[in-house]
Amino acid sequence: MNEAYALEMKGVSKHFGDIKANRNVNLTLRRGEILALLGENGSGKTTLMNMICGIYFPDEGEIYIDGKPVVIASPVDAFRYKIGMVHQHFKLVDIFTAAENIALGMQDEGKYDIREISARVKEISSRYGFDIDPDKKIYDMSVSEKQTVEIIKVLYRGADILILDEPTAVLTPQEATKLFSVVRRMRDAGKSIIIITHKLHEVLSISDRVAILRKGEYITTVNTAETTESELTELMVGKKVELNIDRSDPLTDLPRLELRHISCTGPEGLPLLRDVNLHVCSGEILGIAGIAGSGQRELLESIAGLVRLDKGEIIYHNPKTGKVCDLRDHTPVQIREMGVRLSFVPEDRLGMGLVGNMDIVDNMMLRSYRHGHGVFLDRKNPADLADRIIGDLQVATPGPHTAVRKLSGGNVQKVLVGREIAAAPIVLMTAYPVRGLDINSSYMIYRLLNEQKQKGVAVIFVGEDIDVLLALCDRVAVLCGGAVSGILDARTATKEQVGYLMTHSEGENRHA
Amino acid sequence: MNIVIAFLHRAILQGTPLLFGSTGEIITEKSGNLNLGIPGIMYIGAISGVIGGFFYQNSTISVNPFLAIFIPLLCSLVGSLLASLLYCFLTITLRANQNVTGLALTTFGIGFGNFFGGSLIKLSGADVPSIALTRVAKVFKTSLPFAKQLGIFGELFLNYGFMVYLAIILAVIAAFVLNKTRIGLHLRAVGENPATADAAGINVTKYRYCATCIGGMIAGLGGLYYVMDYTNGVWSNNGFGDRGWLAIALVIFAIWRPALAIPASYLFGGLYILDNYLHVSMQLQPILQMLPYVVTVVVLVLISIRKKRENQPPASLGLNYFREER
Repeated sequence: MNEAYALEMKGVSKHFGDIKANRNVNLTLRRGEILALLGENGSGKTTLMNMICGIYFPDEGEIYIDGKPVVIASPVDAFRYKIGMVHQHFKLVDIFTAAENIALGMQDEGKYDIREISARVKEISSRYGFDIDPDKKIYDMSVSEKQTVEIIKVLYRGADILILDEPTAVLTPQEATKLFSVVRRMRDAGKSIIIITHKLHEVLSISDRVAILRKGEYITTVNTAETTESELTELMVGKKVELNIDRSDPLTDLPRLELRHISCTGPEGLPLLRDVNLHVCSGEILGIAGIAGSGQRELLESIAGLVRLDKGEIIYHNPKTGKVCDLRDHTPVQIREMGVRLSFVPEDRLGMGLVGNMDIVDNMMLRSYRHGHGVFLDRKNPADLADRIIGDLQVATPGPHTAVRKLSGGNVQKVLVGREIAAAPIVLMTAYPVRGLDINSSYMIYRLLNEQKQKGVAVIFVGEDIDVLLALCDRVAVLCGGAVSGILDARTATKEQVGYLMTHSEGENRHA
Repeated sequence: MNIVIAFLHRAILQGTPLLFGSTGEIITEKSGNLNLGIPGIMYIGAISGVIGGFFYQNSTISVNPFLAIFIPLLCSLVGSLLASLLYCFLTITLRANQNVTGLALTTFGIGFGNFFGGSLIKLSGADVPSIALTRVAKVFKTSLPFAKQLGIFGELFLNYGFMVYLAIILAVIAAFVLNKTRIGLHLRAVGENPATADAAGINVTKYRYCATCIGGMIAGLGGLYYVMDYTNGVWSNNGFGDRGWLAIALVIFAIWRPALAIPASYLFGGLYILDNYLHVSMQLQPILQMLPYVVTVVVLVLISIRKKRENQPPASLGLNYFREER
């Protein structure tokens, strides 16, 4: 029991049913350090952290705070030991103001006075350099503002141990830089911080030490100063992974799908897409870059027949008949009946892509439920397909009859991508297909997309990591405020060019 | 003029059980529990009070005003508390489906009321299918002695039994607690986003149990009021009618705000009895009786179109919470 440790975990295990989320994990956190927790998807990082802050209770093992053994049975216990966690999915009540959210669960002495809480929030904000309006409603806030509220909430409770679960996953590079300077300021104020992230360059730039988990097991802890990106990758995945993405030349330059002057308007009357002109050729990968919410979602959904366009045309060149047709104002079923084989991997996997409570086989049937004899469903083919996807894509699941929602994010994505590719698409649209996935799963997805490209499929890849966009795609279209601000050749473009276009659209400066 | 005053007076009498019911249901729904058992709980609250009042009235010759109120009140509260606890145990602890549990509880509550109502009618040996607790009810109906002398003002504002005022006071307290206190903040958080509340160290189970039980007891008082005040202590089976459902509709109409429920319930009370005051043919009466429901549907449509976030139902209404769910 070393008292120099703010937090120590010994032999901690946790399983959910047959899935072992954590097995015999040992972890130490020193006072006043930033510890990065690194691991692939489903390696049990979030589960481990949830046990520290009382959401889950460990099946085995001990937790020590300042050298003393403790039992953390509920979030209240965690507060008592001054542990605070900023969750990956924000735990905020949308219709409350920032101050109300921060006041939640506090058992202060004296009268409940929201103005007093607002004043203290302002005081904490200025001390650490945050910028927040305590009386703003959460639903009016940007993602980065919400995260700020979460961090202030933890600080407001006087936490000494802060856990940040993938804090930069939703931030722009500028916001991430700002966050890191705040995190360093907190460390300098004596707080101990655990930061979970997938991005190796962030690990190297922010942390003092790195703890690595692999498949629920603790591997080792290394000093950041003494390690390299490739060593960390190796520790994390257990074997060296090829960091280069193979890119073949595009097969043709025949347009398969053309978007001509499409525009659409959101429910609040704001334009979501403005006069977008794009085309994607058969046998190429078209990347779509842009800050989150710049119209990527609407772009894909308008092709899929889910969004009503104000104007414009979506022209499809049918490779079999050589005919040309306009997909605009058609429903997904009509589009399918027109002979357009369209596959769509949406951003919201469990919302739009799969049904969480249904098992893998049933989710396969969502694409094939029209087949079968009479009123009876054909179950055999979907079951075979499910088995094939589980085998080919190495989906970690107890079996094909496990509810999809019980799988980890990466495995859910493999099921979805596997199903969409199995439909032998002519146009394949993917939105953030590697979001939240570890390196191995990401590369598997890249490889699958490249295979499709070589088969002559027109692939649209909406991504957030500029490095990946430039390494994987043939051309990259950048969206800004719903308009195309530029189309670049991914082989020659630089990161800075993309970054510039993401914040500046041609001819006007929206952010002025 | 007199008929307008009489109509308004009756509307308030008619609206009071709705106000009890909707205040109770708002508190319950704010915790995320969609208690569709409220009509049944109101029945149970009524019959429990009747049982207490029946045995007290039969045990004494001279009715003590304090006991005449205290005993039925206590019985009613205990009855609706037990019914609410049953609902809580099934939905919160065993995580049964809230809609199914609520509907079952309503069916059960009505059956429970009619069964014991029937037994009491047998016991009392009455030759009409009802029990009259006239002496107890008289105490409940006691209004200020000078109310009648104050003309229109007295008739409209003072000439009621104490439970009419109790309903208003409870609604005002509920509005204050929900919006101005820490408990209210926590309760709203539990109903909006229990995972968040839980992570913030709020005991979701405790808040849901307490809110549902307190809400159920308040709703049960609506049943008690109906028997003891509105019908002058006469219990007849199925007499309470569809008022419980009206109370639930009222929650939507009042967009989950107890303060708005006060005028809204009197409006509903007025709509409920409108057919007695407008001289329409028998065939048209059911159409008038539909009005409260029509108005509710219109409100539901309006708040759905306007999409103002504050006016929407609690976000996790009807959903049970289990911390370790993945």
